[in-house]
Amino acid sequence: MIDAPAIRTHELAKRYGSITALAGLTMTIPRGDVFGFLGPNGAGKTTAVKLLLGLTPPTSGDAEVLGAAIGDREALRRVGYLPELFRYQTWLSAREVLALHCELAGIDRAAWQREIEDALAIVGLPDRGSSRVGTFSKGMQQRLGLGVALLGAPDLVVLDEPTSALDPVGRHDVREIIRGLGERGTTVFLNSHLLSEVEQVCHRVAIVDRGRVVAEGGLDALLGGDTVRIRATGLDRAAMTGLSRFGQVDEDGDWLVIRGIDTERVPELVVDIVRLGGRVYAVEPRHESLEDRFLRLLGQPN
Amino acid sequence: MLALAVARLQLQELLRRRLFLVLLVLTILVIALTTWGFSRIPTLGANRPTPITPTEIAAVASQLLILVMFMFSFVLAFSAVFAAAPAISAEVESGITLALLARPITRLEYVVGKWLGLVATVLAYAIPAAAVQMVLVQLVVGYSPPHPIEFLAFVIGEAVVVLTLSLLLSTRFAGMVGGVSGLILWGLAWMGGIVGGIGLAFDNATLTHVGTASKLILPTDGLWRGAVWSLEPASLTAAMRGAGAAAAANPFFAADPPPSAYVAWTVIWITAVLAFAVWSFTRKEL
Repeated sequence: MIDAPAIRTHELAKRYGSITALAGLTMTIPRGDVFGFLGPNGAGKTTAVKLLLGLTPPTSGDAEVLGAAIGDREALRRVGYLPELFRYQTWLSAREVLALHCELAGIDRAAWQREIEDALAIVGLPDRGSSRVGTFSKGMQQRLGLGVALLGAPDLVVLDEPTSALDPVGRHDVREIIRGLGERGTTVFLNSHLLSEVEQVCHRVAIVDRGRVVAEGGLDALLGGDTVRIRATGLDRAAMTGLSRFGQVDEDGDWLVIRGIDTERVPELVVDIVRLGGRVYAVEPRHESLEDRFLRLLGQPN
Repeated sequence: MLALAVARLQLQELLRRRLFLVLLVLTILVIALTTWGFSRIPTLGANRPTPITPTEIAAVASQLLILVMFMFSFVLAFSAVFAAAPAISAEVESGITLALLARPITRLEYVVGKWLGLVATVLAYAIPAAAVQMVLVQLVVGYSPPHPIEFLAFVIGEAVVVLTLSLLLSTRFAGMVGGVSGLILWGLAWMGGIVGGIGLAFDNATLTHVGTASKLILPTDGLWRGAVWSLEPASLTAAMRGAGAAAAANPFFAADPPPSAYVAWTVIWITAVLAFAVWSFTRKEL
């Protein structure tokens, strides 16, 4: 099942009594994708991860992970997971936690030593392997959890808010680790509410809100092409309507925001504004940020 | 078999935590004190015209040993309950199970592994502690209980029964709830055994049935009676038999060992409760 997508879900839903945690999630994540699963707190992101890993059963719908049904032992062997609520046995040393997960993941015993030292080095804990987890800060525990998720070079790495306890340096390190995974062809499923994080590392994203996917696609496509901001005066209502052939026009004080315009047409747009009697003071081309798009999708004014 | 990895982890946790160290230090202290006490028994007749006879020494030593061992079985059951009650629930609460159970390990392996680790801890504590105590009593007063191996089997069985019950509670309830419930049920079963004994002594069918039912629902007191029987010298059993059914109400006396059918029932009980724990945890949403 090498050709099967890393994750495929169909109308996957979870209800707790009258509360709908996830309402009909349908998506396909191809192998090798670095996929961002974005949403505000309580949107159903962690529920989706728990369903995919077989930690909790779905109310309806179905899903496949690495081409196998949810909870399949062989598939789970090739999945690394960093939970959002990350806690590891405080009475064990970091090295012992990693060895335990090597054993549970069914990694060949001869490879443990190398796997463990590699994991410690990648997450920046090479000299803390013998320390008890109980002496670790939250950030160090999260680094250890990331190391646990990377053991045995899994085909799919599921990271649930992997930088929640990290400082800016730690966040940068994690981004680099995720980029490295992407370059090696590992599929990454990144659950996050940190837009900048997702924007910097993910190829594709799904935005989920109140248990539903509200947008999904490549980052470029999702951000809807280019946006240009123009500071201009002297345009009447009719003139503005005339400009809508270039894209969606919004007013922002003295500024006009034209979304979805092809960059090549910006000079033509400026000529049109002048021809319609407008006076142009500034032209600023820019991408819509993921944050703007996110807030727009969630129906909150920017 | 990944259950063994979980068992090893559970054993490691209990050995590394302070609870075990405290238990060990207190046990050594108690053994030292009781051994000193036993060593004073031969001097008991000092104020009498005739010195204390070997039969009297054996009688006093056997009774004292039963009391000491009752305390030991109580501590063992108590510790087993408090080790087992948070064994699963604490890992669920802290989120440790999220990382563990996302690995290719079944819930069956996880629960059975926890159980094996707890049983191994009970064995690691109970066998040396009881053996040292009995050897020291033999050395200082020359008294050996007639069935030491059976005694160990019965007290360990009692601990395994409460441990299994607490592990079942741990699949659904917080450690404190499971621990307190486990102890209350253990206490109720002990009282139930006494009530049943009173029923026998006064030939009251209702009370006797209460005792029998409690021995079947939670087979701790039935096993405790087996442990008492294992410690009694033949002279005592013969003397108490003379007292007739009235002796049955005494929780520190048993005329006969539990029938083998009862031992078989205990094994079935443990297996069934463990299976129930696996079923309960399999349905638990993490």
